[in-house]
Amino acid sequence: MQKEAAIREPLILGHKTYHDVTEDVCRPIEDKAPKMWYILFGIALVIGLYGVGSIMYLLGTGIGVWGLNKTIGWAWDITNFVWWVGIGHAGTLISAVLLLFRQKWRMAINRSAEAMTIFAVFMAGTFPLIHMGRLWVGYWVMPIPNQFGSLWVNFNSPLLWDVFAISTYLSVSLVFWYIGLIPDFATIRDRAKKPLAKKMYSILSFGWSGRAKHWNRFELVSLVLAGLATPLVFSVHSIVSFDFATSVIPGWHTTIFPPYFVAGAVFSGFAMVQTLLLIMRKAMGLEAYIHTKHVEYMNIVIMVTGSIVGTAYITELFISWYSGVEYESYAFINRATGPYWWAYWSMMTCNVVSPQLMWFRPLRRSLLFTFFISIVVNIGMWFERYVIIVTSIHRDYIPAAWSMHFPSHIDIAVYIGTIGLFFVFFLLFARFFPVLALNEVKTILKGSGQSYKESPDYHKHH
Amino acid sequence: MSDKVLYVMYDDDEVLKNSAKKLVANGIKISEVFSPFPIHGIDPIIGVKNTRLGIMAFLYGLTGLTLATVGMRFFMIVDWPMNIGGKPNFSYLENMLAFVPISFEFTVMCAAHGMAITYLLRNKTLPGMPAQNPDPRTTDDKFVMEIRLSENQKVTEAELDGMLQEIGYLELDKKEIK
Repeated sequence: MQKEAAIREPLILGHKTYHDVTEDVCRPIEDKAPKMWYILFGIALVIGLYGVGSIMYLLGTGIGVWGLNKTIGWAWDITNFVWWVGIGHAGTLISAVLLLFRQKWRMAINRSAEAMTIFAVFMAGTFPLIHMGRLWVGYWVMPIPNQFGSLWVNFNSPLLWDVFAISTYLSVSLVFWYIGLIPDFATIRDRAKKPLAKKMYSILSFGWSGRAKHWNRFELVSLVLAGLATPLVFSVHSIVSFDFATSVIPGWHTTIFPPYFVAGAVFSGFAMVQTLLLIMRKAMGLEAYIHTKHVEYMNIVIMVTGSIVGTAYITELFISWYSGVEYESYAFINRATGPYWWAYWSMMTCNVVSPQLMWFRPLRRSLLFTFFISIVVNIGMWFERYVIIVTSIHRDYIPAAWSMHFPSHIDIAVYIGTIGLFFVFFLLFARFFPVLALNEVKTILKGSGQSYKESPDYHKHH
Repeated sequence: MSDKVLYVMYDDDEVLKNSAKKLVANGIKISEVFSPFPIHGIDPIIGVKNTRLGIMAFLYGLTGLTLATVGMRFFMIVDWPMNIGGKPNFSYLENMLAFVPISFEFTVMCAAHGMAITYLLRNKTLPGMPAQNPDPRTTDDKFVMEIRLSENQKVTEAELDGMLQEIGYLELDKKEIK
């Protein structure tokens, strides 16, 4: 058993036994769902279905239904794609990077953060697929021998790198998540009373029995997957930023993009984790496991990554002037003072100012304030992508071609629809899956549980 | 050959570990431990060797890297050399930088999935497999040691019982298997 310093706040509050941990996590799954769950699920489903309907309309009619024009050929589709991929960065960061750093507080949040990651990447993947217009030829992005002669996809293109990055990220995250879920499904299986639930969880748990050798393999597989997923997290958003950074468009052609996008992704991902977990801990009675200290740790991550993002914005602004390239300078002057000034200043306020408030301890330990900031950050991060994409291209080299982007009804419906679908998935997850890595939490119970830390025996040497 | 299996149950991981230590010191072979979470330090006591899945992950990764390199060289250099902006690709090396992202991604993809599949196959944990833990509580808060009489010919059942009595346990379950 690993001991901790006495001044470290306990990670599990109250007096919990191993059995209590199982009970606390499994009870919400075994009990009837509360009325609120049905209400939220209903709302999310309606919004999600509206999005699906809009996508069908888009596929039937063509992407002309979006508010794009000859100057602005990329707008909400890619904005939403980057926004969702960014949100999908927290889960794997929490489970992989924090595992390598042996941060025990990750155990309370990694399961739901990873679920969030996977659902967010699903939503992200929707946009590049539907923007092809002809979804049924989507498989053409893969290097598959075909009837067109020796015609291959272009491996020099960042858009193809994206295909590989996103599919690797999604599938590896899914595997990492599921391997962790197997022992927890076994716990639910062994407790299940209803035959249908028993059958379902029996299939999901793959017959896991908790043998010593299996646990030995489990720990190594988790460690190696974490080691593989850590560079993967950083590479995915770097590659997403290459979509812009390798182009010659002023405002996009920026070497600072990869680190700045990665920091921004982690920033928005943690904000989304906060939004979801602050509600979930309350609704599912998990306050003893996900408490102020966890929220504070995440707020510190938000503060640090928010500061990196803020520094990047200002560096970018300075370099645009310092480069002496008038097109480059204009792209940035236009962002701040042109017709899209409101988007730029919303982004600046939400992403640069708001995380700095986390320097104040009472604020970063306030759950209500955290919830508010988490929403502000996600609005800000959406604006960041919108600013980078739309304001860089709406006024190009020929003033006669200058234009504005107005989202169409379908633009908005598809975006809102993905938010609905995301919540449909997340609510289903919260209803049927163990939302906490309950068996992993048991391993830190004696080292970081409150009642154990406060007992007189804790600091004696064995 | 019929065999008798003893399932010795504990409600604490540390207690089980100490008991296992004493039993092993007395020359008893413990064939298996079932626990709800990994018990750190149990493997050397009961003689479970460290897994070699890490080596497999490396080999799968190497396979992925090789496939990506061979594939991209064929697609971009041999089969259809693209001339982009008057800058044709004459050799793999000249164009290598553009292939770094996909080489990395494909390496990770092969290493992760290869290892995960091997892990599931080696564990025999696959969809539809039946659970094999002796007691449903071992996935909650109980820890069970499995001792087989056939693997402990040196002691009689009564001697083993006595030893267990002395060391202590929560529950003892015996099962005849054919």
